[in-house]
Amino acid sequence: MRDNSYAAVMGRKNEIMKRAIGIDYTTFEYEGIGFDYERMMRETGYTLDEMQEIQGRTGVGNTPLLELRNLTALARKMAAPGKGARIFIKDEASNPSGSFKARRAANAVYHAKRLGYKGVIAATSGNYGSAVASQAAMHGLKCIIVQETYDSKGVGQPEIVEKARKCEAYGAEVVQLTVGPELFYEFLMLLEETGYFNASLYTPFGIAGVETLGYELSMQCRERYGKDPDVVVCTNAGGGNLTGTARGLIKAGALETKLVGASVDLSGLHMASDTQFNKKSFTTGHTGFGVPFSTMPDRSDVPRSAARPMRYMDRYVTVTQGEVFYMTEALAQLEGLEKGPAGNTALVAAFSIAQEMDEDQIIVVQETEYTGAGKHIQPQLSFARENGIDIRFGNPADSVPGVNIILPEHPQLIKAVDLDMDKLKKSVIKNAVANHTRELLNEEEIAFLMAESKTDRAYVLKTLDELGVKY
Amino acid sequence: MTVKKGDWVRIHRVILTPDQRAPQVPDDTKQVPLEMWVKGFADQEANIGDEISVTTITGRKEVGKIVELEPTYHHSFGNFVPEILTIGVTLKEILFGGDADER
Repeated sequence: MRDNSYAAVMGRKNEIMKRAIGIDYTTFEYEGIGFDYERMMRETGYTLDEMQEIQGRTGVGNTPLLELRNLTALARKMAAPGKGARIFIKDEASNPSGSFKARRAANAVYHAKRLGYKGVIAATSGNYGSAVASQAAMHGLKCIIVQETYDSKGVGQPEIVEKARKCEAYGAEVVQLTVGPELFYEFLMLLEETGYFNASLYTPFGIAGVETLGYELSMQCRERYGKDPDVVVCTNAGGGNLTGTARGLIKAGALETKLVGASVDLSGLHMASDTQFNKKSFTTGHTGFGVPFSTMPDRSDVPRSAARPMRYMDRYVTVTQGEVFYMTEALAQLEGLEKGPAGNTALVAAFSIAQEMDEDQIIVVQETEYTGAGKHIQPQLSFARENGIDIRFGNPADSVPGVNIILPEHPQLIKAVDLDMDKLKKSVIKNAVANHTRELLNEEEIAFLMAESKTDRAYVLKTLDELGVKY
Repeated sequence: MTVKKGDWVRIHRVILTPDQRAPQVPDDTKQVPLEMWVKGFADQEANIGDEISVTTITGRKEVGKIVELEPTYHHSFGNFVPEILTIGVTLKEILFGGDADER
């Protein structure tokens, strides 16, 4: 009889994962703190051509790039003369499962099928679950999705309950849990029991699946406007969206395009707290995931995450829940596009940043997501109100996550707030060297830190000096 | 017996009791168990509240107490939220209704 206590299962983590992903991550490890990220992506992922082929076969990708003319006109009314970039949105909701996550799932499930796994498992409360379920249906594989759905009173987030329905619509089994990081424990036990593939969000093939998005963006802009987008804004949670998009843009040669990450500000709320679980209206795309996963990417469910957003990010902004709900309604009312709120996080940031840019520049929001019962501004605001959240018009700057949701009284109050990139970069370096074993860091390790933090040698050495780490 | 063999049911089981929870869990979460719900075909006759085994849609066996026979989705478009109604009206006034409200 297997010992299935929490400690025993967590102790078997590495062997369970190795069998469930088919990647021996140790071969990419350096002797010291780093690992060879590019070699891991090259040897375990797929080429861009292969990915386009794999995704194309299941109807994923080649989504329309829509110009948001009325939102651009609105932004220009708020901006200084000559300012107000053209705002575009990539309609990823038109993918088979209703979000860009279909790109990640297409590759992961194809890979599982090719390796001969009978089924796939993913731990996700988000759109990725339905994306994996949809792909599993196409490939004839079994599918289990493990979700964090309820608080201890059995009250579920409407958005997550809807995603469970969607997974079940594609024939998946949905295992629903109450709040807590031990979801990972249940996930490991299911992997061990079934021998299914871990369709993790953070494998090289999953992340590489998003590269097609960045590549398409560049091609669409070049064909229509003769240039690459000036700025691309990505909603940031686990970092895969931004990482994959950035890598795709680089593969297209769009080296001048600036990458902006945007997350909903949920500061002050603890993500593993039972009592705070239903005080938030966003279950992903928020700072509770975005900040820790950016500065410590290997906290994911694989030994080395392929999502490493700080390698690519030029700027990281936060927006408020109220602003995202407001912008979701604006998108429906002014552009005739009814989409799910979570995907509009980046749109709020773009609306604000466009006002800093020149009129002839292009800013792209690289995703939309589907909407429906539960996963829509009305049920989400209605649920918030039932949970005692104060909803009113006012200045979003006065927002307190978990206490109120402030809808902007006027669109000119919509403001993306910059996070301190210097602090984030230092944090990346600090976390990366936390477990260093070598007395003196070598050149390979210093180069790794430069790439991880998107900084130069002088910056890394100065930070190491501050941390008292020798090299 | 209200549940027949082969009926589609939703079951509930405690995965970890409060004292078995992970050390890093916040205090409020540590007070409560980690619970699980899953759906499956009943393997035997039973009543609501009985502990039984089910066969899930992927063919796995799970055990737990029956909480619902023929489980139904209850999520919806929620209650009317009056604030939402005004957003479009305001925006259209700003964008198309002249510049009177530019502030």
